[in-house]
Amino acid sequence: MAETSRSAPTAPVSEALSLVPKADGKQSMKDFKSDQEVRWCPGCGDYAVLAAVQGFMPELGLAKENIVFVSGIGCSSRFPYYMNTYGMHSIHGRAPAIATGLAASRRDLSVWVVTGDGDALSIGGNHLIHALRRNVNLKILLFNNRIYGLTKGQYSPTSEAGKITKSTPMGSLDAPFNPVSLALGAEASFVARTVDSDRKHLTSVLRAAADHPGSALVEIYQNCNIFNDGAFEVLKDQEKAQEAVIRLEHGEPIRFGAPAEDGLGSQGVVRDRATGDLRIVDVRAEGTAEVLVHDAHTASPTTAFALSRLADPDTLHHTPIGVLRDVRRPVYDTEMADQLERAVEQNGKGDLSALLHGNDTWTVVG
Amino acid sequence: MTSQVSSPAGQQSGPEGGQDSGRDADNADNKEIRRLDRVIIRFAGDSGDGMQLTGDRFTSETASFGNDLSTLPNFPAEIRAPAGTLPGVSSFQLHFADHDILTPGDAPNVLVAMNPAALKANIADVPRGAEIIVNTDEFTKRAMAKVGYEASPLDDGSLDGYSVHPVPLTTLTVEALKDYDLGRKEAGRSKNMFALGLLSWMYNRPTEQTEAFLRSKFAKKPTVAEANIAAFRAGWNFGETTEDFAVSYEVAPASSAFPPGTYRNISGNLALSYGLIAASQQADLPLFLGSYPITPASDVLHELSKHKNFGVRSFQAEDEIAGIGAALGAAFGGSLAVTTTSGPGVALKSETIGLAVSLELPLLIIDIQRGGPSTGLPTKTEQADLLQAMYGRNGEAPVPIVAPATPADCFTAALDAARIALTYRTPVFLLSDGYLANGSEPWRIPDVDELPDLRTQFASGPNHALDDGTEVFWPYKRDPHTLARPWAVPGTPGLEHRIGGIEKQDGTGNISYDPANHDFMVRTRQAKVDGVEVPDVEVSDPSGNAKLLVLGWGSTYGPITAAVRRIRKAGDEIAQAHLRYVNPFPRNLGEVLKRYEKVVVPEMNLGQLATLIRARYLVDAQSYTQVRGLPFKAEQLATALKEAITHG
Repeated sequence: MAETSRSAPTAPVSEALSLVPKADGKQSMKDFKSDQEVRWCPGCGDYAVLAAVQGFMPELGLAKENIVFVSGIGCSSRFPYYMNTYGMHSIHGRAPAIATGLAASRRDLSVWVVTGDGDALSIGGNHLIHALRRNVNLKILLFNNRIYGLTKGQYSPTSEAGKITKSTPMGSLDAPFNPVSLALGAEASFVARTVDSDRKHLTSVLRAAADHPGSALVEIYQNCNIFNDGAFEVLKDQEKAQEAVIRLEHGEPIRFGAPAEDGLGSQGVVRDRATGDLRIVDVRAEGTAEVLVHDAHTASPTTAFALSRLADPDTLHHTPIGVLRDVRRPVYDTEMADQLERAVEQNGKGDLSALLHGNDTWTVVG
Repeated sequence: MTSQVSSPAGQQSGPEGGQDSGRDADNADNKEIRRLDRVIIRFAGDSGDGMQLTGDRFTSETASFGNDLSTLPNFPAEIRAPAGTLPGVSSFQLHFADHDILTPGDAPNVLVAMNPAALKANIADVPRGAEIIVNTDEFTKRAMAKVGYEASPLDDGSLDGYSVHPVPLTTLTVEALKDYDLGRKEAGRSKNMFALGLLSWMYNRPTEQTEAFLRSKFAKKPTVAEANIAAFRAGWNFGETTEDFAVSYEVAPASSAFPPGTYRNISGNLALSYGLIAASQQADLPLFLGSYPITPASDVLHELSKHKNFGVRSFQAEDEIAGIGAALGAAFGGSLAVTTTSGPGVALKSETIGLAVSLELPLLIIDIQRGGPSTGLPTKTEQADLLQAMYGRNGEAPVPIVAPATPADCFTAALDAARIALTYRTPVFLLSDGYLANGSEPWRIPDVDELPDLRTQFASGPNHALDDGTEVFWPYKRDPHTLARPWAVPGTPGLEHRIGGIEKQDGTGNISYDPANHDFMVRTRQAKVDGVEVPDVEVSDPSGNAKLLVLGWGSTYGPITAAVRRIRKAGDEIAQAHLRYVNPFPRNLGEVLKRYEKVVVPEMNLGQLATLIRARYLVDAQSYTQVRGLPFKAEQLATALKEAITHG
C-alpha cells in the first residue's frame, strides 16, 4: 500500500482488532501526524519507520483515539510524541510492562510498543520476554540499530563482539543477542524482521503484526547514521543483498541469491539429514527438491529458530527477513476477561455488603 | 489499661496479675469456673505444628463470642525450618477481654508449648505465675538437647513459680484417633486441634464454628476432617475430666466496649483488600492490581485474586517493576490501579513512582513494611520505610502518605488513599506493616451506604481556547482548586495526547526544557501534594494540663494508646496525638506541637517521623525507638513515657 495512505473502507476486521472501534470516515497519513516537531538526527532511520507507520495506520481504519503508543527510553522511544494518537513515553525498558497493564485492562485499544535494542534487550529484557510468553495483545516494534544512540555511542546488546565504541575502546567482549532467536525462545507467537528502508516490506510486516491476535515482535533494522552508520548496508545494497538477505514468505520455498533458471534464487535452505540443522545449498548443484517451504504457522518454533541462526552476527550474511513465526495461542487479555466473566457466572456479580460481612459475624445491640 | 486480668490458679500477682472479678458456683462437674476480664494466650510450636491455624481458630471462636481481641502472629520466614529448632518456632498470641483493648498484650498468661524449642524461645516473655501447657511427648532427650536443654526444664526446677500442665498431647491425640484409619504420624498431626479443644474448654469458647470450619477445610478428605474434629473434642473432654485442670475461665463478651452494629474479626491485609474493592465500587472504576509476591504483602494479592466477580483484574507480574508498571498502564487506561509490596519492592518501584508523579495519574502503592534493610526480617514488623516513601526517588517527587492505625483501619485507609489518588491525580503511598497485616481485631462492618462517594470525572472534551478561539485539550491544564490535571483516558475522541517522564510544558504537556517552566512545574507538583485535604489531627488531653505530647503514626497506635491509659490511670497527665496522614501533615499539627513542652515520638525505626517533625516544625521532638521486629509493649512504652514526664 504505502504511497496513497488511504484506507480501504471495507478493510477486513481481523480477530486481533475486533473489539477496537472503527474510524467514522476515511483516514489519511496526516491524521496520524502530531503537531510536534520531529527531533531525530537528519538522516536517521527512525524517520522512515515513522512515515511507514503513519502511512499504514489508515489501512487499519481504527478510531485513532483507541490507538496507544507506549515507549521506553532511547531515540526510538520519542516515537509516541509524533503520533496523533494517545501515547506514553515512559521509562527505560518498562514499556512492555506498562503496555501490558493497559492492554489487559482495555481490550478496546490497539496498543503498540516502540522500543530499541538497549531498551528492550538490556534494561528491559525481562519485561520483553514475559510479555511475549504471556501473549498479551501488544505489537512491539523493536528498532535495532546495534548501538546506544541517545547516550552517544556505547555498544548495545545487539552490537557485534569486538565492536569498538566509547565504552569499549579495545572492543566489546559481549556476545550479542539475536532478537528474533530470543523472542522465539521466549514463546513469542509472532516474530518478524524487517528493514527501515524497505517501506513496502516494513508495511507488509506491520500489517501481519496488526492482524495477529496476541503479542507480536517486529524487529526493525534501523540505521543510526551518527554512531553506527551503514550497519545494515549489506542488507540494503541491491547487489550484496541478493546474497545476504533470505526473504521469507509463508508457503514459498526458501530461496535467495542470484536467480537460477527457474527465476527463483540460486541458493536454498535445506535440512541436513545427519544433524537436523539447516544449511544453505546451491540449488543448481543439488536441485530444489529438498528446499524447505517456509511455514510461519507451524506449531513448533524449531525451524523458525534454526532459520534465525543462519545469520552471521558479524557480516549479517544470510539474514532472514519477513515473518518467521505467526501462530495462534491463547491471548492473555482475552483469557483474563474470560475469567472475570466466568467468575460472575459462577458466583454472581460481586455484592460488596455480602463480601464485607463474610460468614462469621456477631451483632451488638444498643 | 483500665482493668487487669484475674490470676489463674496459683498465680498471685505477676506483672499482669490482678484480682478475680468474680467467681461462679461450681459447675455440674464440680469444676470451678472463674471469671476474668482479660487473658493473653500464646500458642507456640514448630512451623509445621499448625500454630497459626490453631490461633486463627481460637480467635474466631473468641470473636464470635463477642470479646474484644487483638492478635499477634509471629512466624519465621522459612516455610519449614528444621523441626524442633529455635529458628523453626512459630507462635500466635491472642489477647481477649470483656472490655476494649488495644494490643495483643505484653506478657502471656498462658503459654502452650508444643515442643522444647517453643518453650525455650518463648519462656522469657512469660511471667512467673502464668500457666504453661507443654506437650510432654516432645520433651525427649534428643529434642531437648537440640535446643540446649541439658536437663529437662520440666524437672529441673527452672519452671518453678509457673503453673505447669504436662500433657502428652501427641499420645492422647493418637489414642483418641485409634478408630480412624490413620498412621501414628498422621494422627499425631491433629495434636494442634487437641490443644485447641483443651484451650476452648479452659476458656469456655463456642465450638460449633471450628467444627464447621474443619468440615469445610477438609471437605475433600472427610476422614481427615472427622479425625481433626475428634481430636478437637477429645481435647475439650480431656480438660473437662482430668484433674490437672481444676478451673476453667470465663471472659464475658465486651458488649459495652462496642457501639451497636454487626461485627466480624478482621486482619489488616484482609481489611485492606476489602477497602480496595470497596474503593473500586465507590469510584465506579475497575480495580487493577499489578503485584509481585512478597512477604508480608502477598495475602492482598491472594485475596484480590479471589474476587474477579467484582471486576478485579489481578496481574502477577514478572517482577516488582512490572507490577507497578502494569498498574500505571492500567491507570492511564482509567482503572483504579494498585500495586502491593513491601520495602524491598518499593525500592525497585521507585523509578516508576517517579514517572507516576510526573504523569500525574492516580495510583495506589501499598507498602506492607517489614524489617530491613535489604531482605531484613521478612515476616517481622517495622516502620522504617517512612523516609523511603517520603523521599526515595530521584528529583522532587512528592507523594501523599496514608498510614492505617489498626488492622481494621486498613479498610478506611484504603478508601482514603483512593480518594486522594483520584481527586489529586497522584500516586499515594499506604504504609501498613507486618503487625497490622497479620494481626486482627473486631471490626464494625460499615453499611455500604455510609461509604464515601469516590466517583471522578474523566475529561470528555476540550478544556482550553487558544488565542485564535480554537478549542483544544491541554492535558496539563489544572483544576485551580486541587491543582489536579484532567484524566483523559484512551478511547475519548479529540483528546489524543502524549505524556511522558520528560518535563512537560505547563498546560500543553509538550516536552519543555525551559528553566522557568521546570521551576514552575516542580513547585506546582509539590504545591498539589501539600494542598491535599486531610483532617486535622485530634489531640487527646483530658485535663488540658499535660506537658508532654506523645505523637505516633501508623501501627503504634495500639501500644501507645494502651501506654497512655496506664499513665493516666497512675495519675499522670499526658497528651496523645496520632497521625494517619504523614504527607501532607495535618494543617494543625504545627500548632499542636507547640502547645506542649515536650514531644515524644515512639517509632519502630530509628526516628524517621521525629526527623521529619524536627525539620518541618523546629520542634525538639524526642525519639523513642525500637527495631526488634515486634510491636512495642504497652508497659515498656508506659515506663519510657513516665520517665520522660518525670525527668523532663
